[in-house]
Amino acid sequence: MQNDQLALAQTRGSVDPRVKRPLPAWVSTTALLLPTYGWLTLAVFLPLLTMLGFSFMSATPMGKTPVEFTLKQYRAFIDQPYLLRIGFNSLMMGFWTTLFCAILGFLAAVALVRATVGKAREALLVLILLPFWTNGLVRVFSWTMVLRENGFLDNILHMVAPDAGSISILYTRYAVVLGLVHGYLPYMILTCYIALVTIDDAIIEAAASLGARWWTILYKILIPMAAPGLISGAVLIFIPVIGSFMEPRILGGRVGVTMGTVIEDQFTQAFNWPLGASLSFTLLAVVLAIFATFSGVLRGRTAG
Amino acid sequence: MRQIGRFYLIAILLFLYTPIAVMMAMGFNESPLYELPFTFSTRWYEALLSNQPLLRAGANSIIIALITAVIATTLGTMASVALSRRTFRGKSLLQVLLLPPIAIPWLITGTAMLIFFYWSGIGRGMHALLIGHVALAIPYVVLVVGTGFKTVRADLEEAAMSLGSTPVHAFFSVTLPLLYPSILGAALFAFAVSLDQFVISYFLATPGYTTLPVQIYSAIRKGFTPEINAISTLLLLGSMAAILIFARFAKPGDTRDKR
Repeated sequence: MQNDQLALAQTRGSVDPRVKRPLPAWVSTTALLLPTYGWLTLAVFLPLLTMLGFSFMSATPMGKTPVEFTLKQYRAFIDQPYLLRIGFNSLMMGFWTTLFCAILGFLAAVALVRATVGKAREALLVLILLPFWTNGLVRVFSWTMVLRENGFLDNILHMVAPDAGSISILYTRYAVVLGLVHGYLPYMILTCYIALVTIDDAIIEAAASLGARWWTILYKILIPMAAPGLISGAVLIFIPVIGSFMEPRILGGRVGVTMGTVIEDQFTQAFNWPLGASLSFTLLAVVLAIFATFSGVLRGRTAG
Repeated sequence: MRQIGRFYLIAILLFLYTPIAVMMAMGFNESPLYELPFTFSTRWYEALLSNQPLLRAGANSIIIALITAVIATTLGTMASVALSRRTFRGKSLLQVLLLPPIAIPWLITGTAMLIFFYWSGIGRGMHALLIGHVALAIPYVVLVVGTGFKTVRADLEEAAMSLGSTPVHAFFSVTLPLLYPSILGAALFAFAVSLDQFVISYFLATPGYTTLPVQIYSAIRKGFTPEINAISTLLLLGSMAAILIFARFAKPGDTRDKR
């Protein structure tokens, strides 16, 4: 059968004459996959393994100091208690950012689904998602223009109340959370929107016509329906936020010390790579634990 | 109720765009100290023309993004063919292995690359940046092209083969043309991912070879003039254009069959 086809194809002359016999499927499948997974191995998997190895070293293997294998880098949280406080601050930063994103993003998704239709909704979605795919660093930088002393916000205030002082919140934790919410809000709007867009308008109208008040509709219909979106949005925001270092640096100044900035310092200032590696791995453990906890919800979303 | 909803969405858009607009406007303000009132001037854009380090970093960024787009799109499309059209053992594991570059915070991936590239002798600089950027872009390409595959019916290829075409010929003359918009979209996406990448680049750049975001970051930390606003404006407009063209080509929500 196959030979017949080949013979037919060859008499027509429409095929590449170099192709004589089809290769076994696994050969071509491997050939198709090998470049991608080879590349990822070189660029991601081997580096992570090497970092795991480094996290057990007593010193950066660069100078003449002899290097031993030790667990002391992982004892850093006990030996240097201030790291615990920094770790806690990073988690709180993640918590507040995620909470504000959840409230603002959920309401925006409800507004998108209930108050807009057709082309207007499409345009709004594009406008909301557009900043998300632009440079995060530049967007954080743009907040310094707004929040600095005598910046945009101060000028607006002085138009209303010329004698008022400065309300600059640059270099505070509020500024860091504000910048992070600005960066990650579109994510939450998108995940909640995907969850809510499937709601049949008739359900809500039925509930309303049967006498349900708006808070009943909110708690009994909208929030349960949006729950998968809220959870996956929260996971996808919390994880990068607890690992962020550029936002706290730029908007937090001296108060912006987080796990991310401590790790950055180990690699760029202190050159204590083993400590940086063990802190990175501790962070990775937290990340993996969160993914493992919510993997069911996350998988359900990608499958549906 | 509808009115409140629309009003709220406009407030969200204002929140998202006001800082960006202020930042862009300040690039056209005369004062080097960002003082107001606003006086229109293009002096910072003119200054940009003679700022060699910034221009070189910008050129590096574009070159890296172009090479990343070509490599990542080629490799990612190949992998996507296997993952979308073939059945084999271990497929779901391979799909899960695409997630780490996207899901693990870049700080962790970036520092791991720095350690490994140093330790293995690969070193830092342009080639290291390329290795990192392509790895980050590949999973997005596989996802975008994979979505495209869902809209191209497999039986078209089979029909071509039953009419005498070889598998390779059928793929290149039937499936690939239908897939073309997705592949172009994936390439633009990879380009944008690379152009905007900061964290990985920050750890892999050398003093002699940086990219634009790395250069902007060090300027922000060491003191800066509205030139930074000017170049940031250009960078934002560049990636916004790439993403808008992407949305035009790939139509992410479009799942209609292509016949």
